[in-house]
Amino acid sequence: MSEALAAPVLEARALAKHYPVSTGLFKPKALARALDGVSFALPAGHTLAVVGESGCGKSTLARQLTMIEAPTSGALMLAQSDQKLADVTHADAALKKQLRMQVQMVFQNPFASLNPRKKIGHALEEPLAINIRAGAAERSERARAMMARVGLRPEHHARYPHMFSGGQRQRVAIARALMLAPKVVVLDEPVSALDVSIQAQVLNLLMDLQDETQVAYVFISHNLAVVELIADEVLVMYLGKVVERAPTALLFAAPRHPYTQALLASTPRIDAAARQQRQVLSGELPSPLNPPSGCSFHKRCPHAVARCATEVPVLEDVGGGQSVACLRWREL
Amino acid sequence: MSLLQVDTLQVTFGAFTAVDGVSLHVDAGEVLGIVGESGSGKSVTALALMGLIDEPGRVGARQLSFDGRDLLAMPQKQRRQMLGKDIAMIFQDPMASLNPCFTVAFQLMETLRIHEGGSRRELRARAIELLQQVEIPDAQRRLDAYPHQLSGGMSQRVMVAMAIACNPRLLIADEPTTALDVTIQAQMLALLLRLQRERGMALVLITHDLGVVAEIAQRVLVMYAGQVVETAAVPGLFAAPRHPYTEALLSALPEHNIGRRRLRSMGGVVPGAFDRPAGCLLAPRCAYVQPKCRNERPTLDGDVGAQARCFFPLTKEAA
Repeated sequence: MSEALAAPVLEARALAKHYPVSTGLFKPKALARALDGVSFALPAGHTLAVVGESGCGKSTLARQLTMIEAPTSGALMLAQSDQKLADVTHADAALKKQLRMQVQMVFQNPFASLNPRKKIGHALEEPLAINIRAGAAERSERARAMMARVGLRPEHHARYPHMFSGGQRQRVAIARALMLAPKVVVLDEPVSALDVSIQAQVLNLLMDLQDETQVAYVFISHNLAVVELIADEVLVMYLGKVVERAPTALLFAAPRHPYTQALLASTPRIDAAARQQRQVLSGELPSPLNPPSGCSFHKRCPHAVARCATEVPVLEDVGGGQSVACLRWREL
Repeated sequence: MSLLQVDTLQVTFGAFTAVDGVSLHVDAGEVLGIVGESGSGKSVTALALMGLIDEPGRVGARQLSFDGRDLLAMPQKQRRQMLGKDIAMIFQDPMASLNPCFTVAFQLMETLRIHEGGSRRELRARAIELLQQVEIPDAQRRLDAYPHQLSGGMSQRVMVAMAIACNPRLLIADEPTTALDVTIQAQMLALLLRLQRERGMALVLITHDLGVVAEIAQRVLVMYAGQVVETAAVPGLFAAPRHPYTEALLSALPEHNIGRRRLRSMGGVVPGAFDRPAGCLLAPRCAYVQPKCRNERPTLDGDVGAQARCFFPLTKEAA
């Protein structure tokens, strides 16, 4: 596929974020490795899904990508207007301001992400007022055009968030993220707070907008059914690390990592044929303050052997664009 | 005779009817699933069964009986003795349903003390046993933990332990896994099913996740805007839904639409208090709407065990 070779608009190179955590007065600070060496490249018009349990570092990754926080180590590269990649981590303030406009975010809960005291029109125009020199008339016009594109009516411009349902609010949040025509939108669980029928509407909208504008999505979700529908490529994370990365079709047809297999088997299915042998994973995600030695998954893994407790697996290419971080992937 | 028999349950808050004539029955040892979107009245139904609707809410029913005893006619005091003992409930958000000021031991032992009594030592031994039954590792130590020291999955296990403490014959679980990760959800469902089988307990599982219902329920009730729109056995409901709403819910699932195909979505939202249509409540959103649907309210028709509230039920043969 020539598409896969398209120049990336966003590239993460061994991104890591460690948080110092207080363990008590006079005690040394512990280090939570929330994100530990994540790399990927995202071409325009593509969707990269990030899946994993709570606490696996999905949201920390989102905060690095949107430049809300600076990574502890590693680099984040973003395409500038001339398509060249610029290093965000070492950029000066002026360049950072330019680059911030290229990455926008949509949050999980549309009831919390919109200011209840600001009209929808105001929320949509604010990114323009801050970042672009545009008159009030132009801002209003662009806000209305965007509202039409996400399926909101013009009269909604002067309404407050409490007058909208969850699905409509999420449309507003998506419209707000797209106001600056970003190259990348980070969607943090954008549909998990919505009902099935509303979820379908929002997913359709996201796919339509991507076809129109070639915006790239980083789609963070724990719902594998949604991921299977919308993503081109999937990153499976466990305790701050990528354990498997593969094109969507391949990941769902032939998951290599035992954790991915367990995730897929845990997803409830309607279709009895699609249901897999129940493989209930025991235990919970370990604390990132005190991760297990060796492979961080070995204590929950049904296939763990002695060497899993001592050797740390690295992400290896298994062909077809799929890579997996497991010591035993060849045997399993 | 059924364990729980509900006929025409009606819950109103002022002028708003949240639950509109729901009839259902649960047999001993059965798993009944109740599905529907937010605002469809699932949770209010459960709360009404538990007698937990507060003023200004009003509950009425032609019949509401548990094990042959009329719940509406019995004195409040007697009814409260049944709650937590014969009928128990698990709520959606485990973090919010445990009292943060007391230890797990205190809260578990409180349930046992009120319904069964016994010395402190007996109660504590029983509490440890319960935590072991819900597969909490290191139960002895967890007993003295406060809720904030537990993860979401652990808190939900404690809630289950509390619910099964007095061997209830009916367990109502309101979205028990919604706040949990898929791997923990799978553990939780396996646990609930194991307990249900071992104890011959009836389980009413309220959820919006059709996948969960398809996997564990024997019978399903689909609710929309306070009414039951379809009841059927699993897997019949999923193979051949009769009500257009059920069909729309199923086709809106990403599971049937892989590879960036657009989902068939239903426009609009569940009608609220002030925008109830005159005819069938689904009429404004229904893909098969006919003139008759806009003016008349359909009733729940069909054979016992497979009913649909529709004038023109879909007749797809089960594949």
